[in-house]
Amino acid sequence: MRLNIFHIISFFVFLLYQVLILQNVVLFHSAFCFLYILYLLLLPVETNPLLLMGIGFAMGFVVDLFYESLGLHAFACVMVMYARNYWLNSVTPQGGYDNNAVPSMALGGVQWFLVYTMPLIFLHHAMLFYIEAGGFGMFWFTLWKVITSTIFTTLVILIAQFLFPSRRR
Amino acid sequence: MERLIYFFYQYRAFFTFLVLEVLCAWLIISNNSYQGAQFFNSSNSAIASMNNFSQGIRNYFLLSDQNTILAEENASLRRELEKNIQLKQLTDTLSGVDTTIVDRFDFVSAKVVNNQVDRYKNFITISKGANAGITPGMAVISPLGAIGKVKVVSDHYSVVTSILHIDVMVSAELKRTGHFGTAQWKGRNPQEINLLYIPPHVKPEIGDTVITSGYNAVFPPGIMIGTISQKELDKEALFYELKVKLSQDFQKLSYVTVVKSRLKHEQDSLEQAVIKMEK
Repeated sequence: MRLNIFHIISFFVFLLYQVLILQNVVLFHSAFCFLYILYLLLLPVETNPLLLMGIGFAMGFVVDLFYESLGLHAFACVMVMYARNYWLNSVTPQGGYDNNAVPSMALGGVQWFLVYTMPLIFLHHAMLFYIEAGGFGMFWFTLWKVITSTIFTTLVILIAQFLFPSRRR
Repeated sequence: MERLIYFFYQYRAFFTFLVLEVLCAWLIISNNSYQGAQFFNSSNSAIASMNNFSQGIRNYFLLSDQNTILAEENASLRRELEKNIQLKQLTDTLSGVDTTIVDRFDFVSAKVVNNQVDRYKNFITISKGANAGITPGMAVISPLGAIGKVKVVSDHYSVVTSILHIDVMVSAELKRTGHFGTAQWKGRNPQEINLLYIPPHVKPEIGDTVITSGYNAVFPPGIMIGTISQKELDKEALFYELKVKLSQDFQKLSYVTVVKSRLKHEQDSLEQAVIKMEK
């Protein structure tokens, strides 16, 4: 499936939502919500990996501009986008992917969706927080931040999926 | 040659990945130093005006707190003013007061358009920039305490490195005893900063006031930082472990004051000259 106008619009919707609203939402000084990763995770299965990484880099870079942390989100996003296709291949639901499949909750159910998203979100957050902390100096506190943020982001992503179910294409 | 190209083509995804990650790593490293100027940042006008819009909405929720703080500040300023007028009448008879020393600090008030507290390296964007005479290195304070140091400026906005930044150290002083230490944030609680290098022979008490010291390259002396909330001294430890509760709640920041020091340049160049002489 080719990327269409819908993807371009939702790129900006996710981006603005992240930097204008979710940037201010932090629970208990440790749980952050990076909903913009949902956009990256919902790109069609058969998208070219080069394009995937390009989009990941662009998204991360713009988020970085607002978060005053140049390169940080871009690094984590490119990493996630590289890992994404390998991970999608190893968690293929029964019957494999159709043409034009979108890896959303509608495709394989809640359980499959969690198996697909959580490790990638964890990878993204771990990259983000450990690089920001400048190494493993504050290992346990940073790990706590990573875990709480992963749970928070996953919850918000699930809610978003229930509220706005993506069409099965 | 053909096989080499074929090899690159075959692993093109991996190589693109590598190139992008190296590019990101380069961006991270080259922007790592907290005082270094950088090209892309949120003092960029498009980004800052969007932040301005979102802070404008948030500000409504802070209005009543702001009012109280401003009223209190007004009252204390009026007291100071009155005191100064009295003093002035006394000292007017004495000659030889150097007016450049008396008004060496100038203050510019600015609105906070973007504020972070929960990261390891926090920055604040404010709505005054080079057009208001702000330059990198100036101190930023609020009515309640020290805030940070200007990092980069654009025409209408500047980005401030908050003292809630794990690499920033502020020279501090125990007001009661006059001993010097260093205040540094540990990246956990945005209400709390650590005071380092206070030796055991000093007897700090819980509740002691911590202010910025005169040895400070950034802040004017005597700006409030906070009060000691927790003290610990291990046996055989060289220094106390002191936690200081910040007097300014960084989460409620909405107006700050930038301090322009007219004599800072003179002090710096004098000190540089001495350092050169020593070498």
